[in-house]
Amino acid sequence: MDSLTVEKRTTMDKTFDLAKSSVRELNQFLHQDLATSGVKHIDVLNPNGSHSIAVGVNHPVAIDIRGQGGYYVGGMNKFADITVHGNVGWGVAENMMSGSVRVKGFASESAGATGHGGTLIIEGDASLRCGISMKGIDIVVGGRVGNYSAFMAQAGRLVICGDAGDALGDSLYEAVIYVRGKIKSLGADAQQEPMTAADHAAVAELLKRAGFPYDPTEFKRVASARSLYHWNADANQEY
Amino acid sequence: MNKPVEHPAQAPKRIQREESAGFDRTVIDYIHNAAAHGLYEIRGLGAKRKLPHFDDLVFLAGSVSRYPLEGYREKCHTKTVLGTRYAKKPVELDIPITFAGMSFGSLSARVKEALGRAATELGTSTTTGDGGMTQEERQSSKTLVYQCLPSRYGFNPDDVRRADAIEVVIGQGAKPGGGGMLLGQKVNPRVAKMRTLPEGIDQRSACRHPDWTGPDDLVIKINELREITDWQVPIYVKIGATRVYNDVKLAVHAGADVVVVDGMQGGTAATQSVFIEHVGIPTLAALRQAVEALEELDMRGKVQLVISGGIRTGADVAKALALGADAVSVGQGTLIALGCNHEAYFQNGANHSAEEDYAKLGTAPGYCHHCHTGRCPVGITTQDAILEQRLDPAVGAKRLKNYFKTMNMELTTVARACGKSNVHHLEREDLVALTIEAAAMARVPLAGTSWIPGVTGT
Ligand code: SF4
Repeated sequence: MDSLTVEKRTTMDKTFDLAKSSVRELNQFLHQDLATSGVKHIDVLNPNGSHSIAVGVNHPVAIDIRGQGGYYVGGMNKFADITVHGNVGWGVAENMMSGSVRVKGFASESAGATGHGGTLIIEGDASLRCGISMKGIDIVVGGRVGNYSAFMAQAGRLVICGDAGDALGDSLYEAVIYVRGKIKSLGADAQQEPMTAADHAAVAELLKRAGFPYDPTEFKRVASARSLYHWNADANQEY
Repeated sequence: MNKPVEHPAQAPKRIQREESAGFDRTVIDYIHNAAAHGLYEIRGLGAKRKLPHFDDLVFLAGSVSRYPLEGYREKCHTKTVLGTRYAKKPVELDIPITFAGMSFGSLSARVKEALGRAATELGTSTTTGDGGMTQEERQSSKTLVYQCLPSRYGFNPDDVRRADAIEVVIGQGAKPGGGGMLLGQKVNPRVAKMRTLPEGIDQRSACRHPDWTGPDDLVIKINELREITDWQVPIYVKIGATRVYNDVKLAVHAGADVVVVDGMQGGTAATQSVFIEHVGIPTLAALRQAVEALEELDMRGKVQLVISGGIRTGADVAKALALGADAVSVGQGTLIALGCNHEAYFQNGANHSAEEDYAKLGTAPGYCHHCHTGRCPVGITTQDAILEQRLDPAVGAKRLKNYFKTMNMELTTVARACGKSNVHHLEREDLVALTIEAAAMARVPLAGTSWIPGVTGT
């Protein structure tokens, strides 16, 4: 699927060339016609950094985006498996519910923001606020992540194979972060914890899903110290 | 035998009651509290201080120079359409009065249902809040506006697809620049699950959106929401009133179909009182600035304007429309209609006193602003299984309907008196101000003069 040499075109395949048709036509096909069309695979050519490519998909389909994506590629995705053969702008797979998004290149800010489910894989680096407010999504980043990653992350797992920037996991809730490289600094209420057998198994499974060759024992676990959960606790004290 | 001389009783010492204007009893109480607790006050509802408001304006009805319409015979239309700019399916309402966004979490599911039922019967819209869409409100509401907030609690594409409009919330009048808050008492299992949070924690939401910052990004975000909804439903942008003139222009530039401006009198279920009383500008000033921004862009009537923040009466609605709003949103007024700050609640066909429960919160009917505690004595802003039973959705819906009907009748009464067969024909020229402040903020002349401070006349 990764190669353009796949030439066997059947009715199950469809191509959208964004040099000739609009993102709007692509999205409307995905929303209105896909389910009844029998199409199982879509190639998107000449994306040229367009925003909102393949957003709000609600049906199983494989989508290959052959080039660079702009903001919100695969936003609010359900069921679809989307591969971007290039880099993406802000908010890739934002608020994803299920399915997967794989970015072969780098991702800009807020990758996987508020995602509820599914898997986001970024083979290169991810910029600031990767996994911000994530709510159950699994994110695996092959390279580094920028500052404020997993800010206010509520649930799900963020695996970082490279280094993490400043304030990692600031104001974390129940999401868990695994980091292989160096952590520049932890955010408020984030703490490093010992890896358990369950953590090793989780990381192994996520690395396998992503296809990254690292050893789970190289990873550190970061989770919430939960000291901000009752930030109002002093309110009833009288002095 | 000599009786001791009885001295006349010492006259009681005169108690001096010279109050300080700067350190009045409210300030003294504030400092005592701060010293005792070392923590700011968190409370519900909106600004309590006196502000220039719609009360400071009056209508010039028809007489000789303009003639009025017959109160009960001649028609006065109230139909209101929102979202005509890009949406294939604009929101069509029978009245220009809508229910403001209030979250499930801050309100019980039963209250959300009552709001939905009332809105449907009235032919108006209701709005979700910072906690996602409940089944109850979707099922009971014909027209439901779905908020997209910084927290994105419970935000999901299925609900996006079943919404009748999407409202991107940038700020709220009670706390522009601040995020939501829900104290642990209200984070019950259902609320926690919808928000993907642990039960019982003190929840604070982000104040900025997670996946965009600034006006240029907002263009792209709105476009994404349009793409997801295939350009069917209107996209509203809601701002808390601060730099309204610029913010409205930017929202229009970003592609909003409807701009919602929430003034500082707007309510909240829980926020620091410093926010409620000291951040943002009054609704009156905000409305005028918003209208000015739209006029300057030649967007009046193309991008609709909804104003909220302390709208209480039909007179308020009429004045808001005359100043240029297309519709209003009512939040706190609806809570009061449901029985907020009432001495009693109505359950099983009878009234029961709630005074003891107010006292337990350290307040009394008429003074309560304790929504943040989750112990609402009349069962509105609570997630408690027993307290929430104090509000019957059917009874609540009936009261809301009565309240909105009353406001709508007052609105058409004023409109007819001003000679308008459509409430949307009310205009700025129909108004004068009673105070210099209101004249300056609303830019209408001080009554009996042609003076608009900062603009014209003497
Ligand atoms: S009565 Fe209930 S809704 Fe009204 S202010 Fe008190 S707690 Fe809030």
